[in-house]
This record gives sequence, C-alpha cells and structure tokens, in this order.
Amino acid sequence: MKNIMYIILGTFLGIVLYKSEAASWFRIYEMFQFDSFHMYGIIGSALAVGVVLVFWIKKSKVKSFSGEIISIPDKEKTFTRYILGGTLFGLGWALAGACPGPIYILVGAGYWPIILVLMGAVLGAFVYGIVRSKLPY
Amino acid sequence: MLYQPWPWYVSGPLIAIIMALLILMGKKFGMSSNLETFCTIGGAGKFTDYFKVDVKSKRWNLLVVLGSVIGGFLGAHWLSPNPAVDISDKTVAKLQDLGFDSAGKAYLPTELFSMDSLADPKVWVILLIAGFLVGFGTRYAGGCTSGHAISGLSNLQRPSLIAVIGFFIGGLIMVHLLFPLIFSA
Repeated sequence: MKNIMYIILGTFLGIVLYKSEAASWFRIYEMFQFDSFHMYGIIGSALAVGVVLVFWIKKSKVKSFSGEIISIPDKEKTFTRYILGGTLFGLGWALAGACPGPIYILVGAGYWPIILVLMGAVLGAFVYGIVRSKLPY
Repeated sequence: MLYQPWPWYVSGPLIAIIMALLILMGKKFGMSSNLETFCTIGGAGKFTDYFKVDVKSKRWNLLVVLGSVIGGFLGAHWLSPNPAVDISDKTVAKLQDLGFDSAGKAYLPTELFSMDSLADPKVWVILLIAGFLVGFGTRYAGGCTSGHAISGLSNLQRPSLIAVIGFFIGGLIMVHLLFPLIFSA
C-alpha cells in the first residue's frame, strides 16, 4: 500500500512539474535571464506553503501516517560544500535546463536525448563518491 | 484548464504539499540522492564503501522516481495538446540570437533534445557535461532543487540558502557568460 503511495506521489509530482513547465529548458533559461516571474512564483509559493507546513509538522509533533516520530534533521553547518557544489550544480542546471526531478520526468515524456543528461548525472554522482574524501567541506 | 499550462500559484503549493506528504510518510523530498542509488545498483560499491548501502532502504525514493517518469508520460502525452512554452518575447529574442529557433515553439529546444540534434557530436558533449555537473554538484552540495531550494528552505536551513545562492551563481555564469561561447546562431 505504502509502495503505491510513493508511485502516486511521484506521478503527481511528474505531472505538476511538467504542466507547470518547471521541466522546460526554456523556463530555466528565462529564469536566469530574469525575464519572467513564472519560476520565481513556483519556487516562492512552494516555499510560502512549505514553511507553514514544515512549521506545523514540527510544532504539532504530529506522528507519521504509520505512527513513527517525525524528525527533520538539520543540514550540516558548513559553507564550502554548499557554495561550491551549488555552483557546479547551477552550471549544469542552466545548461541541461533540468534538475534531477525533471530529468526523470523528461525521460517519461519521451525526450530521449535527456538520457545522456541522466547518464552524465549518474557518472557525476559516481565520481563524487570516488573523490569526496579529497574535497573541501 | 487542466490542458493549459498550470499557473505558478497552483503548481508551487502542490509541490509543497507533495513534500509535506513525504515527510508525513516518514521520508523526505529529495530527488538527487537517487543518483547515488543508481551507482550502488550499478556496482559502484566495488570502488568505494561510500556506495555500499542497502538499496532496500532507498527503494521508496526509487518508486517516487518511477512515478515521476509515469507523470512525465501522462503530462506530455495526455495533458498537453500544445507543448509550446509561452516564454517572454525578450527571452525568445535572446535565444534566437544564440541559434535557438525553436524558442517559443516547443517544450524543449529541438536544437538539443530532438533525435536529429544527436547527429551533432557537440550536442552529446554538451548533454553529458551538463549531466555530469548536475550529478557531481548536487551530491557535493548534498541536494538539488527539491532537497535544498524546497525542503531545506522550508525548514529555514541556512546551508540550503548558501546552496541556492550557489545554484544561482552557477546558473547566471552559464547563461550570461558561457552560453555565448557555447552556442551561436
């Protein structure tokens, strides 16, 4: 049952990101040109609702659907990995016009060249795993 | 209505609700960690212990990925009679200067994402390098748009704000400084 819920949530996410055009290369380019409010509206309204929902989940100490205590761990408080990793990702996000979620979504939509982006991304994650002990954090 | 592009004020809150439902299921909203799971499945544990993880514990997120592939199929083939993305005229003009004649007429630029485009080896290099930067960068930063920009900022995490600033430094460098070197009309 839980497994089906994950697939349904993923499907819903795929439809929302495709239909909002957040999975469109053109929208990402337009965002980095500051030519439209569209992407900022998506991220901003997601955050406005997200902040309230996360605050409520933490404040009310609501249990998960299966009755477990919910813990939302804080991110490790460093600087270098976020600014350097973030910048590298930003370069790729703008060039591919897709972040990881939309990469999977565009495979489903049938834009086959995106599979090259996916292969590159898996290779990038692999190389990170190999060199990670040598990187500054 | 359903068949038109969905406005930002509908889409954004829906994304937040998906995140909250995943948290209420005892999980989190993060798409890039799946890239590491793919490495593990592909046998990367032979090269470093970092990838020696129990795939079973990551299966839920692979199901979210499976769902998003299905969602992409439904969104593209059932819900979008007109795939053209109505980007601003200014953006269309800038892209035409870079040689993207499909701007304003397609969902993705046919210059990069059509089967014809794959005849050009340069496109292979561009797509593979773009993917590599996405994979390496997100894992180094510990998250992507879902993990940092949505989940992390919703939880008011300063590291996620630093990461998102990084996303924009990289994106702005790529679009404003590197695109004119990579693409030309």
